[in-house]
Parts: sequence; C-alpha cells; structure tokens
Amino acid sequence: MDNRFLIDSKDLPFCKGCGHAGVAQNTEKALQKMGYNPLDVIFVTDIGCHGIIDKSLRSHTVHGLHGRSVALAGGIAAGLPKDSGKKVVVFIGDGGATIGMQHLLVAAHHNFPMTVVIHNNMLYGMTGGQPSEFTPCGFNTPTAPNRSAIGAIDMVRLMEGVGAAYVSRISGIGDFSDELVEAFSQPGFSLVEVMEICPSYGVKSNPGMKLKQVIESSGLQLHKNKLERSVNHNETYSGFNNSLLTDKLVVEKEFDPVIKGTVRILLGGSAGEGTQSAAEFLARTAMLSGLYATKKGHYPVTVGVGFSAAEVIISDKPIYYSGSTKPDYMLITSQDGLEYAMPRIKKSDTSVILLDSSLETPETASTVISTDLRSKAGSRNAAMLSVFKLIKDYGILSEASLLTAFSRNKLSTKVPVETFTANI
Amino acid sequence: MTETINKQMAFIDGSRLITEACVRAGAEVFVGYPITPANLLYSYANQRYPAMMAAPDEITTLQWMTGYASLGKLPVTATSFPGYALMIESINMALMMELPMVIILVQRLGPATGTATNGAQGDLAVVHGSISGGFQLPTFCISNLQDCWEMSAKAVETAIKLRTPVVLLTSKEMVMTQMSFDLTKLTEIKKSELAVFEGDNLYKSYETKENLIPSFLPVTQNQHQVRFTASTHNKEGILQNTTPEALDNTRRLKAKLDLHLDEFLFYELDETESAETIILSFDITAQASREALHKLRDAGEKVDLLVAKTLFPMPDKYHQILASYKKVIIAEENLDGQYRHLLYGSKPPSHIKGVNAIGRMIQPEEIIKEVNSNG
Repeated sequence: MDNRFLIDSKDLPFCKGCGHAGVAQNTEKALQKMGYNPLDVIFVTDIGCHGIIDKSLRSHTVHGLHGRSVALAGGIAAGLPKDSGKKVVVFIGDGGATIGMQHLLVAAHHNFPMTVVIHNNMLYGMTGGQPSEFTPCGFNTPTAPNRSAIGAIDMVRLMEGVGAAYVSRISGIGDFSDELVEAFSQPGFSLVEVMEICPSYGVKSNPGMKLKQVIESSGLQLHKNKLERSVNHNETYSGFNNSLLTDKLVVEKEFDPVIKGTVRILLGGSAGEGTQSAAEFLARTAMLSGLYATKKGHYPVTVGVGFSAAEVIISDKPIYYSGSTKPDYMLITSQDGLEYAMPRIKKSDTSVILLDSSLETPETASTVISTDLRSKAGSRNAAMLSVFKLIKDYGILSEASLLTAFSRNKLSTKVPVETFTANI
Repeated sequence: MTETINKQMAFIDGSRLITEACVRAGAEVFVGYPITPANLLYSYANQRYPAMMAAPDEITTLQWMTGYASLGKLPVTATSFPGYALMIESINMALMMELPMVIILVQRLGPATGTATNGAQGDLAVVHGSISGGFQLPTFCISNLQDCWEMSAKAVETAIKLRTPVVLLTSKEMVMTQMSFDLTKLTEIKKSELAVFEGDNLYKSYETKENLIPSFLPVTQNQHQVRFTASTHNKEGILQNTTPEALDNTRRLKAKLDLHLDEFLFYELDETESAETIILSFDITAQASREALHKLRDAGEKVDLLVAKTLFPMPDKYHQILASYKKVIIAEENLDGQYRHLLYGSKPPSHIKGVNAIGRMIQPEEIIKEVNSNG
C-alpha cells in the first residue's frame, strides 16, 4: 500500500526556506514510522500559510475558520468511536493559536485524543508580517518593530497550567520526526510547538538572526512535559436514552368541571417562595376536571431574589393565547409580587385580589381581600395556600379535585395538607 | 362541554417535545452552552440525547458540532441571540462544508443582552442575513406545541437530506410555557439518515448529481479520501480562488435549496370563502392570531389566517396567497415588522399592515382591532 501522506514531499506550497515544509515532511515521516496509512489520519487545518497544505495531503482533510481548527478537531476527536484507529492531527499557526487560545486550553483540559502542531513563525506571515501574541522579545516584525518588547505568550507553560497531557517546544530545523512520533503516540491530548522563522518577513526584519538565537534570547526554552491522564471519548458524555414522554405526564380526568368558560389567574410572589410550583399545581388540578390549562412564568434573570409571577389560564375550551392581560383573580403573596402586579391592579376593575395581610392595600377599582397567607403557611407555602383559598372561596374547581391533586404533589410529602385546609 | 374522551392530556412545555422529536428524527448529539431562555432544551438534552457535550462558549459549540457532523452524526444546539451572534461565522463554515446540524434559536428581547427572560421575535433579519453572499439557511418556525413535535422533526430531516445547517426559530413563551396537550396527536417520526456514497470509483466530496446534494462520507473512511472545507473549493474539496468550477460549486449552495424548497415548505392556511382580509403570523404570535381569528369569525367577520412555518428561504407561495387579499395584517413581536419588510421591502404597500410590540406578547385584541380598522 502506498503510505505517502504527501502527494509530492518535494513540491509543497510554501515559500522557499519556510519551516512549514519541514513540519509537513517530518509529520509524514513520523506517521510512517508509526505504521499509519494516509486514510488513518484526519488533518484539521485553518487559515494562515500552514493551512494551504491540505491540497498536498493524501489523508482526510478538514479546513476550517481562522483559529478554530482545534475546536473543530475537538468535535471530531470527542465523537470518534474509541476503536476507530484514526489519528486526529491539527495544524495551526501562531496567529490561529492566538485567536483560538481558549480552544487550545479547552482541548487540553478535556484531554481530547488529538495532536496539535503549532507552526510558530512568530508573526502573521499571510498578511504582511504583523506581530502575534507569539512574537518574542527582540524579534522584529515589518509592521510593528516595537511590539516585540511585550514578549511572547509561553504557550507550552500555559498548556501545562490546564493539565495538558503532553506538551513540547521544539526547533523546526532538520529531522524532528522522532519528537513528533512521541507526541503522536500519546493516547490523549498532545501539543507540539515548532519554532520557525518566516523567510519572507522574519528574516528580512531580523537580518543575520538565527532561530537558535531567537529561542535563547526570548526565554522560550525548548521543553517537554508529560502527565498521565485518562482519555475523553464521547462515551464520557453519553446521557440517557429513555423517552421524555412518559405516562407520568398524563393527567386524566377524574372530576367534573365546575366552571364554564375561561378563568385567568395571576400569581405574584417572590423567587424561591413556590409561586411557580403553586401555579403549576393549580393548572394540573384543573386538568383533573378535564379542563384545558396553561401556565406562563415570568421572573427576572436572578435565581433566588426578585419577583416570581405566573399566569394560569383554565378553560373548558382549547386555549390558544397563553397571555393574561386582565386576570379574573390575582393571588399576591409578597411585596415583590405586588410591585410586579401593580400595573394590572391599577388598571383592573373586575378582578378579585387575594392579598397577603402584611401588604398595603393598593388603590384599585377591583375587590381586594386582605388575608393571612404568609403568617399562616410561611413564606414558602403562602402561594400554595392562596391557591387553596381561591378554590375553596370562589369554587372555580371542586375541593375533591384539590385534595386529590395535593395528595399527588411532592409538597404533600413535606407539608401536611392541614397547613392549607386549616387556614382556608 | 369538555373534550377529554380518548385523549391523553399531558401538562407539558415545548422544550420537552422539541427534544424528543429531534432525537427520534435522527439527532445524535446535543452540544450546548446554557443561555436563558433556552435552558430547558439544554436540561432535557442532558436526559435524552445519546451524547451530550457541555461547550465552554458558543463558537466552540458550533465547531464541536461541525466536528461531530463530519463523522456523520447529526448535532443539535439551542441558544438565543447573544449566542447565535457568536455562532454566525461557524454556521457559515458548516453551510460551506455542507455538514448538517440544527440550531434552535430561542428568541428573547434585545438588543444586546436585552431582557433574557422576556420573549421576542426580533431575530428574523439576523437569521435571514446570517450567510455572507446572500445564501439562506432553511429556517423553520414553531407556532404551537404540535409544531414543537412536527417542525423539530422536519428541521432534523431537512438538515440531513439537504446537508445543511437548519435554524429552528422559536421564542421564550413557546419553549417554556406549560400547556395541556393531547399526546395522542403526536405523529410517528421516522429517523432520517444521510445519503452515503457507495461504490469503488473515485469519491469527490462535493460532486453532485441531479439533486445537487453531494453524497456523504465521514472522515472515518478507510477507502476514500474525504475533504471538508470552509473555503471556496472545487468538487474534490480543494481550496480554489475563483475558478469556474469552484464558483459553480458555491452557486450550487443556493440552487440546492431552490430545487428542494417545495419539499420543506410548511405553512397553515385557514381560509374561508370571500374573505378580503388575512392575518399572517408565526411563532407564539400565531397563537394570539388563532384566538383573534376565532373571535372574529364568532362575530361574523370573514378573515383568513396564514401561519408561516417555513420562514426562509422566503417561499414564493406566501406572495401568491397574500396577493389575493385587499388587506394583509402581519403580526409579529418586534419593533417594526421584520418579516413584513423581508416580504415587501423597506416600504410595504399601504394595504400591508403590521401589528407589532416589544417587551410583551401581542394580544388577540390588538389583531382584532387592526382587522376592524378602516385604514
């Protein structure tokens, strides 16, 4: 079998003297040493001079967006069957590694089975030699010679910081296939930073400077580090496989409906005080009587503070619009809920408002019933008590359906029903 | 009179139906970054998809999805505008690579972070303009719980059959509001599968036949070389400048959708004889429109309703339907009628009316008022 990875290793699409050619040739040599065939390898590349290698490869190639090749390869590596026998190799430049730095950290953090080869020529070669975050101290670039005073990000050290299983920085001169073999042999994530000088811009801006000299003066030592880690394949992420549509969702009709037409209820309370649960309970109780029901929640982005409101509609006819601009009943259990409902309270003239007795009675043409909710049931159960009171006092559903629904509600295992029945 | 006999009424939210439908239709992995109001979809995904990946951001989300898609596994994500904005370049990549996936976009009130817990229909122009060069993403929209089931399945099926990213557009109230729903109305969903290349002859990743859809092979192939690329490319998938073959391939991305548009054209037309007014709506506002329609007809008005479920590419069929009415009312929860302008341009004719709102749901009464107005 033809085990060439490059269509023609002597005819590569790079400038004369470019280190990218050396990376391609050494990669081929390393993979051949390991016994891989071309179709065993998936090369993922992106934008930059290195990325034009695709057309010269006989392996699978995936060519993506600038800086995103590591993330793209992460999806491939994570999704590969464990026994696929495929090797994922990412070619990326220092520009791409700058844009996609988070992707590198995340891939190493997850220990995806793949090898990233950074072609670090210390500047953006495709666009005119601008500095990258990998441009070291003392290394000039055509467009911003003083930028080099900042120095380079030490990617190898950074990757060690997130627990990369294998990292190395090597010089891109001569035969470095054995170093690549070592990286490619890792079962999990590995990264090799290959240091190069761009012949078009790096050499011209730094006449007479040698790669060895740049590496020594920059403080970026040639370096290797290895950690023992388990490998992440997609099995790690496998979830459950059971239908979400279970019989438990079904609410069968057990009682005759009391109301005809549609009743709209607004519950206004505070986050963490059971407003949404009470609203859902009310809707489910209505369904026990064969009624249609909707429940729409409204709350701020904060989880444990602020208002928590819900609009419930119950009807003997199918419900289309689930909003409730003019509620027939408003169950207000806290100051947050009162403030939320205030615009509707002020506008309404036909509502019945059950208001916790601790709250100041608002100005409204509607009927306000001040009642002990929080003091009788506690802040966490005040909303549920308001639902009990609504059903008992206004008869929109049967009491039998209420008690049956409560006996099936998880709250019944924590709070005795008398907490509610004794206070209505 | 209640109608509960022989029904299986469940109290359910749209996110549950969307998730179940996507998996049954062939979705194999959910990749997600949490965002309000799409979090229920993320939660259900964790219980249902064969594989689930928690991404660190939305760019990575789309990249991981594309990686999975290159293996022949259909990925799904759910997000809202801030996340979608980050995804756009990568969606362009997936479109160019012709790798299928479904992006569920749950609209919320913008601009920017806006109000995360408030619904909206303000992302139509963004979705319509997502692809550089004027190409389109098949975009479906959910108008009720039944659609959560059916359109989700169609989104997966269309992505797989046409090898393209598909947007499933919805909004906060559609995926979070719980409603009683008859489970017996759920139709069977068949799993879709990619059309895979067969044979020993040379495989070219982007070679097509009459249907303009390239046969698929995953990068796990042992016999044929497979190439995917986001850059302008020839049939082999090799980067080109602007060669005729490469530009033909790029043009094909539009022609592919045009050729198959009828296969993924979904809408609901509730028409009566001799109505001169029609309401056009979609997403959660379609529910307000349905209620308005019933009330208007109960009052003896003759009004029709068109619920758009395939939003993009813009179906010519909608123009054909709407052309026969003297008054067209387009109800959508955004500032100035995005779909209205996409249908009729920057200055719609005077008989094309908009009912719009931001920060709240459009009420049936507002639509009724516009139907009854003389303007």
